[in-house]
Amino acid sequence: MTREAYHKALKELENELLTMGEMVAKAMKDSIEALKTRDMEMSKKIIKDDIIINKKRFEIEERCLQMIATQQPMAVDLRTIAAILSIIADMERMGDHAEGNAKINLLIGSEPLVKPLIDVPRMSEKGLSMLDRVLKAFINRDAKTARAICDEDDEVDALYEQIYRELLFLMIENPKKIEGATYLIWLAHNLERIADRVTNIAERVVFMVTGKMEEVNVSKY
Amino acid sequence: MNNAFNIEKLNVFYGDKPALDDVNMEISQKAVTAVIGPSGCGKSTFIRCLNRMNDLIPVFRLEGSIKFNGTDIYSKDIDVIDIRRRVGMVFQKPNPFPKSIYENTAYGLRIQGIKNKSRLDGIVEASLKKAAIWDEVKDRLHQSALSLSGGQQQRLCIARAIAVEPEIILFDEPCSALDPIATAKIEDLITKLKDDYTVVIVTHNMQQAARVSDYTGFFMMGKLHEFDITKKIFTAPSNKMTEDYITGRFG
Amino acid sequence: MNRKLLNRFYDRGFLFVGIFATSISLIFLLALLLDVIADGMGRLGWQFFANYPSRKPEEAGILSAWVGTVWVMVLTGCIAFPLGISSAIYLEEYSSKNWLTDIIEINIANLAGVPSIIYGLLGLGLFVRFLNMERSVIAGAMTLAILVLPIVILSTREAIKSIPPSIREASYALGASKWQTIRNQVLPSAMPGIMTGVILAMSRAAGETAPLITMGALTYVAFLPASPISSEFPYISIQGLFDAFTVLPIQIFNWVSRPQKGFAIDAAAGIIVLLIITFVMNAFAIYLRQKYQRKIRW
Repeated sequence: MTREAYHKALKELENELLTMGEMVAKAMKDSIEALKTRDMEMSKKIIKDDIIINKKRFEIEERCLQMIATQQPMAVDLRTIAAILSIIADMERMGDHAEGNAKINLLIGSEPLVKPLIDVPRMSEKGLSMLDRVLKAFINRDAKTARAICDEDDEVDALYEQIYRELLFLMIENPKKIEGATYLIWLAHNLERIADRVTNIAERVVFMVTGKMEEVNVSKY
Repeated sequence: MNNAFNIEKLNVFYGDKPALDDVNMEISQKAVTAVIGPSGCGKSTFIRCLNRMNDLIPVFRLEGSIKFNGTDIYSKDIDVIDIRRRVGMVFQKPNPFPKSIYENTAYGLRIQGIKNKSRLDGIVEASLKKAAIWDEVKDRLHQSALSLSGGQQQRLCIARAIAVEPEIILFDEPCSALDPIATAKIEDLITKLKDDYTVVIVTHNMQQAARVSDYTGFFMMGKLHEFDITKKIFTAPSNKMTEDYITGRFG
Repeated sequence: MNRKLLNRFYDRGFLFVGIFATSISLIFLLALLLDVIADGMGRLGWQFFANYPSRKPEEAGILSAWVGTVWVMVLTGCIAFPLGISSAIYLEEYSSKNWLTDIIEINIANLAGVPSIIYGLLGLGLFVRFLNMERSVIAGAMTLAILVLPIVILSTREAIKSIPPSIREASYALGASKWQTIRNQVLPSAMPGIMTGVILAMSRAAGETAPLITMGALTYVAFLPASPISSEFPYISIQGLFDAFTVLPIQIFNWVSRPQKGFAIDAAAGIIVLLIITFVMNAFAIYLRQKYQRKIRW
């Protein structure tokens, strides 16, 4: 194989993307864990660490630009780098949503939760699982799995709708709970947005593999 | 870090015509340094100063200093032949001698007076392996080098340069006569060579400079306008002239 | 008539004139050859090569002439080859460009055009008289060597010039000295070209009559120069160099000027031999050039 150094650099770039994915996944997971255990320190750490995620994004972006400028990637290599550029933007936003959820935990503070957490962790886990699988699909150049992940966004949307209605009823029932319920609606909305971002990533994977831009599943929100 | 070359206030003239104008440059060891610029910018003149190839031109005149590992290669008591042995060169067009593949590779050793057959065999094999051409020629070492394809000839020329164990290898537009696949092979080879050698490459193909080099210098009208890390030159050059050149706005 | 037709007319017309002009020279050459072959063919035979010249045309042969020719040619080659190549290498590789070398170069080019009889006079004055060499093989060979020297120098320089600079650069870049580069790269690559030039020069020398007659080669020689290999120690004799000699063209010249019809036939047979020698040498030169041109691709 020729251009070994170049292909090695491309591989490294993909590994960097996975590293960033792990960082985002950890932020997502920890933000819900902190909410469950009412752990303010953990939330503060998530907020602080988001800066590292943002830095990572710029670092990967710079490497992509350098690859384009110096190695003139073509065809699938070019699509891979274009996909990475788009994916890191999505992941950075996912990190921001996780950070937002950490902030919501701080806003709720010592107040007890308006209701026990049942669907929220399910949404979060769903999102995490989608992120994990979409990154695997990226590495394996698996367009089929990527498309299937897009369809799962509907489940997340359904969960969000369920949480939303539940909390709406709660607020109507007991106006004292309006503040706490609103926080939880924001939180669920963030989780919903996270799943949307995974859908975006999946679309990029499909583009990278097939070379076709397609909007796979249009979210309701 | 030690530099292979320290070039200070280098001015070169052909007769009265200036060719290089106050060039200052430091060439790092075990790295690939590329020199780019439009035709006639002095890049070939520059690289040929580094192994005193320009001495062959009668009207050539040089001012300033080029220090190779600290010694000025243009001082009076320097042996040109020794410099050329330590600073190898690969040329624009593949130029194997009209001899066998083996004799081409062994030439530099034979002129040093090395006659020991097994020693020659060993160095020839090692050099051809380093130049990534051994597998293609091992069964026909005694055939004419001119029977090889252009890309193979150029790799043979690299092997020939490696055989005399230089510290530096200069490449003067080594791929300009080759097709893209042969070019990719040479470029691969260059990136591997930097583990053992300091490489300086002149190229009119700036994408090639971008691909293979660690440092890039941009020459124009005999002046070194910008010299920096390659990644920086090709993503955010600090000189307007460099930017215009690499974006194709002139040149 | 429109322009197109007119152009075509000129085209055809020139083609016709060209063919006509070429065929005239060919016809003359052919006629000459046929005439000579018709006259002399019957005379060719073992006896013709083995006999010395004689008063009787039917017994006369060219033994002393062809042996003399071979002697003179070999010596001429031995003198002109190293001298010519060395001068060419000096002029091409070592001499610095100044007015002196310019003058030398122009003069060498001019010398190639000097009439051969002038060289004969030089040979007579310098070798025969001044250096007291008598009318010997060596004096003749040296005269002819000087005659062909400019041709050898010019063709060697051309051959050296035709070696691409990239080959020299490759050699220098590997740390070769100037002499190593010339010895290992330039000369071997230029050798076919040099050889072609040398052989063509020799074939010219083989046919030269005027300078040898001027310097006084004998026209009637009934003996051979002493053999270079002797039976006594040191087994090599240079005595032959100082013997008198004749060569083919002189022998032919001698026969042609005789009144008897028989000698005219001898002359024709001699011409055939001389023509064959020149043709073979030229053919060999062409063969060499062709062979190496195909082998060496730049």
